[in-house]
Amino acid sequence: MSTLAEYTIVVMLLIGGAFTLVGAIGLARLPDFFTRLHGPTKATTLGVGAIILASVVYFSFQGEGIGITEILIMAFLFMTAPISANMLAKAAMHLDVDVMEGTKGNPWEQ
Amino acid sequence: MFDRLNFPQPWLSLTLFLVWQFLSNGVSGASVVMGLLLAWLIPQLTQGFWPDRPALTRPWRLPGYLLRVLVDIVIASVTVARLILSGRPPKPVFVSYPLELEQPMAITILASTISLTPGTVSADVSDDQKILLIHALDAGSEQEVIDAIKQRYEKPLMEMFR
Amino acid sequence: MIAIALNITIAMVVLAAVLNVYRLFKGPDAPDRVLALDTLYINAIALIILLGITLGTRMYLEAAILIAVMGFVGTVAMAKYLKRGSVIE
Repeated sequence: MSTLAEYTIVVMLLIGGAFTLVGAIGLARLPDFFTRLHGPTKATTLGVGAIILASVVYFSFQGEGIGITEILIMAFLFMTAPISANMLAKAAMHLDVDVMEGTKGNPWEQ
Repeated sequence: MFDRLNFPQPWLSLTLFLVWQFLSNGVSGASVVMGLLLAWLIPQLTQGFWPDRPALTRPWRLPGYLLRVLVDIVIASVTVARLILSGRPPKPVFVSYPLELEQPMAITILASTISLTPGTVSADVSDDQKILLIHALDAGSEQEVIDAIKQRYEKPLMEMFR
Repeated sequence: MIAIALNITIAMVVLAAVLNVYRLFKGPDAPDRVLALDTLYINAIALIILLGITLGTRMYLEAAILIAVMGFVGTVAMAKYLKRGSVIE
């Protein structure tokens, strides 16, 4: 494996891990449900995407061809993350979850 | 219900067929047969969920849009990550976004894009499909969010679906 | 070098999973817990893929696909249950 490929994989892995961790930190410490929703939908999805890309690069340099299955998983995650976030936001509005102080505007009645 | 050898949604069928080929290890006779069967069966079974076919009139603009969204996802994640790590409290805003798009499919794509990009999650669509409720994580004002989304995402989508 | 990066990444993802479990137990509302579970399954996919790279095999991808599909369906079902009180109407 060439050095360049190795560096690419290492960088991808570390970026992926960092974003996953940041998403989880956001989930753990942001003040209310709607702000917490932002961490997992963006940071975590991108983090896992980067880890999957690292896996694609790794296995393609092992001489096993480009892994379409990995890319399918990634596409699936990117397609489903906004949908589950949307469903959860609707459920939270229905249950009248507390919003943090200083939020402008109001959630709708469900 | 089952029309003989009828593909009501050719693009869906093609996608299903190709995805099945990629999921099974290597293209073989069995995977082609199974792929054809699924490509025929699934559109028939789910036809009730597609009230009207999406009218994507300029599909060649889709790749450019997806690329832009992909870049924005990276930028959005960095922004959100910096906010989370900086430790200051966010300034969330609920935005009522007036929709100009009309097709359900286009609205779905717009809502998904909004959820994946800069500090915004789309929360709900009004029953008449005219207003989209968006939760912005860290925004100055409502108008700012509306203008950004209108310029960046709704205009290109309007040109694609017409 | 890849081995070291792999270990660091696995540590980060495991730490992320621990934080998710913290949110899962703390709540305070049901949607928070569902969101924590949702994030937890995405982290599980990341861990499985990292394990696959560590062991140099692609066998585990099938499991990752299954978790992705089942996790999504589970999240949607739970969100629907919270909203309507039933999953299938």
